[in-house]
Formats: sequence, structure tokens, C-alpha cells
Amino acid sequence: MTALDTAFVATGLVAVVGGLLAVTTRHVVHAALWLVVALLGVAGSLLVLGAELVALVLVLVYVGAVVVLVLFALMLTRAPIGPDLAHSPGPWRTLGAAVLGAAVAVLLGSVLVPLADDPVARAEVSSTQVAGQLFGTWVWPFELLSLLLLAAVVAALAVSRIPREHPAEEAPA
Amino acid sequence: MIHLVGPYLLAAALVGVGVFGIAVRRNAVLLLVGVELVLSGGLVLLVTTQAAGADRWAAGSVLPLFVITIAAAEVVVALAVVLTAFRHRGSIDLAEPSGEAP
Repeated sequence: MTALDTAFVATGLVAVVGGLLAVTTRHVVHAALWLVVALLGVAGSLLVLGAELVALVLVLVYVGAVVVLVLFALMLTRAPIGPDLAHSPGPWRTLGAAVLGAAVAVLLGSVLVPLADDPVARAEVSSTQVAGQLFGTWVWPFELLSLLLLAAVVAALAVSRIPREHPAEEAPA
Repeated sequence: MIHLVGPYLLAAALVGVGVFGIAVRRNAVLLLVGVELVLSGGLVLLVTTQAAGADRWAAGSVLPLFVITIAAAEVVVALAVVLTAFRHRGSIDLAEPSGEAP
């Protein structure tokens, strides 16, 4: 166990525990906040793996933007302040989902873990190299991403402006 | 020096937790929490290939940036659909039987 391994175990534990609490808690707002903890753990793991730029972008975009968006959506859909009893899954559904999640994790782990044999020296890829490749090799996919973001914004606006079929009768809240 | 077992186990665990979240949640907004966890598992795997020194063109750092951007766009469209469905149906319960439109 080197220092990098120890640091990775710590951040990975934060990520997994935060993720577990995010998907199991009954409080809907707490679920979004535990997602922040899980994503900060993932960002720490990426830092340990030597990808500072990706870790910073993860914190900026996911924690800064996506979680705030999820919180707004929760409030706009009238999330209860206390435990969400209206949407509680039954015991059989919880059991089935747990079996499914455990099966996926075990399958992926059994495929991936044999690939790792000896400890490797961490490759250092500097942000300068990443920037050079991003605007050299990857420049066309990068430009396509801006088109994708534009299409997403237009689609979100178009979807949210769909009028109701019967404006007179209000849907039961 | 770093063991690659840790990143692989973390990626597998994150994807498993995310799939559990997708399957168990009935609130359509919280479904996205599971999707984000699955995607972050993929991010960890991509960055691991870079740490192992097995990538060209800095793909281990560039592709995660692409994944993060696409995930942000996906979340925006998904939340717009969920909010529109909430306005039309008054509920975001995924287990609710889909009757005929009101």
C-alpha cells in the first residue's frame, strides 16, 4: 500500500458511501445533497489518479450546475420537506433493485479486476498536453459538443413550452 | 506506484449503486441521481486508462470532459421533460399506471 493507494481508498469510500446514501435516503433533498458528497469523492479519486483538469471540471459542472438543476426540479415538482412517503418503493421492488445492482457490480468487478496485476507507475499527463490534444486532435468533436449544447438548450425550451391539451381542467395536484 | 484494483472496484461499485438507484426510485427527478452515478463510474474507468499510461492523444482526460458535457446536456433535456410531464399529469411517479391522456 503506497500513499496513493491509501488516498484512493479514502476518496473511493467517500464516493461509494455517498452514492449509497444518495440512492437509499427517503428525503428527496438529502438525495441530491448526498450526490454532492459522492461526486466530491469521485473528484478526489480522479485527483489521486492524476487528472486534475477532469476533477475540477467535474466539481464545476456536476456539483455546481447539475445538482443545483436537480434541486430546482425537486422544488418545482413540490418535493415534500420530510420523508417522501408517497414514492416509497415496496419491499419486493427494493429487493429486486438490490439484486440487480449487486449483480451489475459483481459482473463488472469480475471482468475488470483480473485486468489489474502489478502496481503501475502513475502516468503524468499535464494540463498543457491535454489542452494541446483537445484543440488539436479532438477539435472537431469539441466543436460538435457546442452544437450539442445548443440543441439541448433549444430542445429544453421547446419541450417546456408544449401547451396543455385542455387548459380549462387543472390536473389534480 | 498505484494498484489498479482500487479504481476498477470503485468503478464497478459506482455503476452498481447507480443501477440500484435507477431501479428503485419512483421519483422521476431522483432517477437522474442514479444516472449520474453510473456516468461517474465510467469517468473513473476512463481516467484509470490514463493513469495506467495506456492512452494516446490524452484520451483519458479528453473523453471524460466530453462525457461530462454530454451528461449536462442530457440532464437539461431530461429535467425539461420531467417538468412538462409534471405540469400535464400532476405527478412524477414512475410506478403510476399510464392511463389515457386526460
